[in-house]
Amino acid sequence: MRAVLAPEALEAIVDVLRRRDWRVVAPTVNDKAIVYGEIASAAELPVGWKDVQAPGSYELERRDDEARFGYAVGPQSWKRELLAPSVRLLQIKRANGTLEPAKDAVDRKRTAFFGVRPCEVAAIKIQDRVLVGGPYADEDYLARRKGSFVIAVNCGEPAANCFCASMGTGPKAEDGYDLVLTEILDGTHRFLAESGTDEGAELLAELPQQPAADADVTAAEAVTDAAREKMGITLDRSDVHDLLLANLEHPRYDDVAERCLACTNCTLACPTCFCTNVVDANELTGAAGDRIREWDSCFTAQYSEMHGGGTRRSVKSRYRQWLIHKLATWNDQFDTQGCVGCGRCITWCPVGIDIREEVAAIRATQEAKS
Amino acid sequence: MKTLDAVIAESPVFAGLTQEQLEFIVGCAQNVHFDAGQTIAKAGDNADVFYLIRMGEVALDLDVPNKKSVRIDTVEAGQVLGWSWLIPPHEWKYDVTATELVRAIAFDGECLRGKCDSDPVLGYALLTRFSQVLVGRLQATRFRLLDIYGTDTH
Amino acid sequence: MAQTLTETAGTLEAMMPVPYAVTAKRQDTYDTWTLELEPVDGAPIVPGPGQFNMLYAFGVGEVPISNAGNFETDERLVHTIRAVGAVTKALCAAEIGTIVGVRGPFGNTWPIKEAKGKDVVIVAGGIGLPPLRPAIYHVLKNREDYGRFVLLYGARTPSDLVFLDEVKSWQSNYDVDLDITVDAGDTDWKGKVGLVTKLIPPAQFDADDARAFIVGPEIMMKFVAQELMNRDLPAAAINVSMERTMRCGVGLCGHCQIGPTLVCRDGACYTWDEVENLIAVKEL
Repeated sequence: MRAVLAPEALEAIVDVLRRRDWRVVAPTVNDKAIVYGEIASAAELPVGWKDVQAPGSYELERRDDEARFGYAVGPQSWKRELLAPSVRLLQIKRANGTLEPAKDAVDRKRTAFFGVRPCEVAAIKIQDRVLVGGPYADEDYLARRKGSFVIAVNCGEPAANCFCASMGTGPKAEDGYDLVLTEILDGTHRFLAESGTDEGAELLAELPQQPAADADVTAAEAVTDAAREKMGITLDRSDVHDLLLANLEHPRYDDVAERCLACTNCTLACPTCFCTNVVDANELTGAAGDRIREWDSCFTAQYSEMHGGGTRRSVKSRYRQWLIHKLATWNDQFDTQGCVGCGRCITWCPVGIDIREEVAAIRATQEAKS
Repeated sequence: MKTLDAVIAESPVFAGLTQEQLEFIVGCAQNVHFDAGQTIAKAGDNADVFYLIRMGEVALDLDVPNKKSVRIDTVEAGQVLGWSWLIPPHEWKYDVTATELVRAIAFDGECLRGKCDSDPVLGYALLTRFSQVLVGRLQATRFRLLDIYGTDTH
Repeated sequence: MAQTLTETAGTLEAMMPVPYAVTAKRQDTYDTWTLELEPVDGAPIVPGPGQFNMLYAFGVGEVPISNAGNFETDERLVHTIRAVGAVTKALCAAEIGTIVGVRGPFGNTWPIKEAKGKDVVIVAGGIGLPPLRPAIYHVLKNREDYGRFVLLYGARTPSDLVFLDEVKSWQSNYDVDLDITVDAGDTDWKGKVGLVTKLIPPAQFDADDARAFIVGPEIMMKFVAQELMNRDLPAAAINVSMERTMRCGVGLCGHCQIGPTLVCRDGACYTWDEVENLIAVKEL
C-alpha cells in the first residue's frame, strides 16, 4: 500500500498509535544531539535541524527548511530499546532451603520506533539473527522485538561519516519495516509512505492522505539516489573478509593502537554490537540477589579475563578483535555482516579513528604486496 | 635376544653412522644390568661411561640440602643416559638410580673420547648426536619452566 | 512487529538456573575440589561427553565448568573446580547441602562415538583429566568397540594428579595402556618424571586409525598435538577442548569468540586443524 502524506499527517501517526496505548519513540533534540525518546507529539521531532558530523565531531545546525528528518543518525541507536543497556534477567531468592529463581513478569507496551534509518533497520535485522536466530534466544530481546513496530524513514541527508551505500544497507530500506516514509523536500513538502506489513497498511489506512502519483514515486526515488551519490563508496568491502583475516598481524594495528583510547564509545554507539555481561547484585540481607545483563565492550581488559589472565591484554588486540568482528568473523559466526555503515563509531570516537581509513590502509599494503 | 651390534645399529642415536664407525663403537660396548634401587652413578663421580637403556627405568635425582631430593627426570627404554662423558669436566651431574630392573648397554666413554680425538669425523658425528640429546633435555626443561599445566596461573 | 523477525526463535529458558544440592565433596589438590550435585527437584540433566555447565554460586556469579561425571552409569553431576576466582572460590567453599544453580548442558560433545573401531589416545594435563572422564567412561563401557586405549597423564607434581586411584583401576580392569609422568617428583614418586610429551613417542597406537583427545592448558595441548603429529596422526584426528571467558554459555554474550568461532556454541570441543591457526595468532 502506498500513499502521499502531508507533514501534518505525522501528527496523525503519533495520535493513532498513542490512542492504541502504544509508546511512540522517535528522534528528538536533547543536550545538543538528536536522541531517541518517547514523544507525545510530532512537534517534538527535530524539525528544521541537521547534524554535521566528522571523525570525532558532531554538531547540530539549523536547516533553512522545516524538514522533519533532515539529519542522519545520533549517538544512540534502537539497540537501547531492544537490547536494553541494563536488564534484570532474574531475581534469585534463598528460601525454603533452596534457591528460587524468578523472572519478572513481562507486561510491556507495544512500542513504535518512529524514524528508523535504513542502516538501523539493517542493524535490527542483524541483531535479530544474533539474539534470536540461533538455537538459544534472548527472551527479553524477543519480547521487546515482538512488541516493536518499525516506521522507517529513507535517507536524504547522509552525514559525512555515513557509508551505508558501501555496506549495501541504505540509503533506501528494502524490507524489515512495517511502514516506510521518504521525505520529499522539492516543491511541496510531503512524504511518500509505503507499507511493508499488514500492520503497517492498517496504520496507513487510518492517516489523512493523497494517492501517490508516479511523480511522487519518482521524486522519492530521486531523494535516495541523490543520497547514495553524495555518499559514494568509501569502504571497499570486496573480499574484506579474506583481506582482514590474511592480515591479522598487519603493522597498521600498531599504528591504530597508538591512537585508540579503548574508551568503548564505538561499541556503545554501534547499533549491532551485542556483547553483554551478566553481573550479580545482592540485597544487603543476603536473602536475594539480582542477575543483571548489561552492555559490555570488547575494548575492556576484563572482557577477555579468565582466571587471572586476559586473552586480549593489548589495546592493539582489542581494536583488531573489534574490526575483524565487524567486517569478517561476524559473517563466519552468524552468516550476516556485522557493520551497517552508520558511521557512529567514527563520529563518537574521541580521537576520530575511522574504520574506513583503517581498512583502506590494510588494503593499500595488501595491494602493494600482490 | 638381539646381538649387541644389531641393537646399537638400530638405535636412533647411532643412525647414519658408517659400518666402520659402528664396529668401533660396538668394540667399546658391553651389556650391563642394574637391580631395582641400585645406584648407577652419584653426582660428582667421574663420567667415563654412558648407557643405552634397553629395559626398565632410571631416575635422575638432585639432592637439595635440607629437603627431600628432587627427581629431575626419568630415562626409559630406548633413550640414552649420560652426556657428561663427552663434555668436560666429565662428571655426573645427578644421582642416577635404577628404579626397577634395568638392562642397558654401557659404552666406554674414555675409549670413545680417545677415538674421537684421533678421528674428528667420528668425533663430529657423535658430538652432533649427543647435542640432540642435550637439546632435547634443554627443551623439556624450558617447557617445564613454563608450567604448561597452569597450576600457578592464579 | 516487522516482517523479518524469525518466528522460530530458539530456546528461551537457557538463562534460568536450576537448583542443585552439593551431595558429596572431595579435595583433589591444594586448590582443587570435586563436587557432586543432585537436583533439588525433578530429573537431573544428562550431559554428553565434552559438554559444560554454567555453575552459579548464590550472590557471587556464574562460571563454565566441564562435566566430569560418569554418565554411562550415574546421573549425578560431577564437577572438578579449581579455586582461582571469586565464583570458583565460592563453589569450592560450598559445603554438603549447599544449593547451587546449574544451567546446561551447553556446547558440543567429543566425537567419541565416531571413534568407534579405532585406537583411542587420551592425553590429560593436570586437571584436564576430569573433562575427559565422561569420554573415558564411554570407551570403558564399550571397550570391545574400540581398538587400543592409550591414556597419558601428566601433571606438575605427584600431588597434582587427580582421580589417581580411579585412573589406576582403569588400567587393571579395562585393558588401558596407562602412562603417567610428572614435571618434578620426589624420591617417594615411583613413576616417570618429565613432560607429558615424552609419553607420546613410545605409546602404542596406529596413527592411521586413531583418534586423540587432549585437555589441558592451551600451551600443553599445543605441544601434545605437535608430538602426536610427529607420530603422523593427522590434525583432524586430534581433538582438543578450548577455554574462553563465558557469560551466557549459549552464544548470546559474545565473550568466548576466537576469530570466526564462538566457543560455547561451536565448541568447546574442536579438532586441532580447526583451532591450530587461530591460537597461533597472539591475543586473537
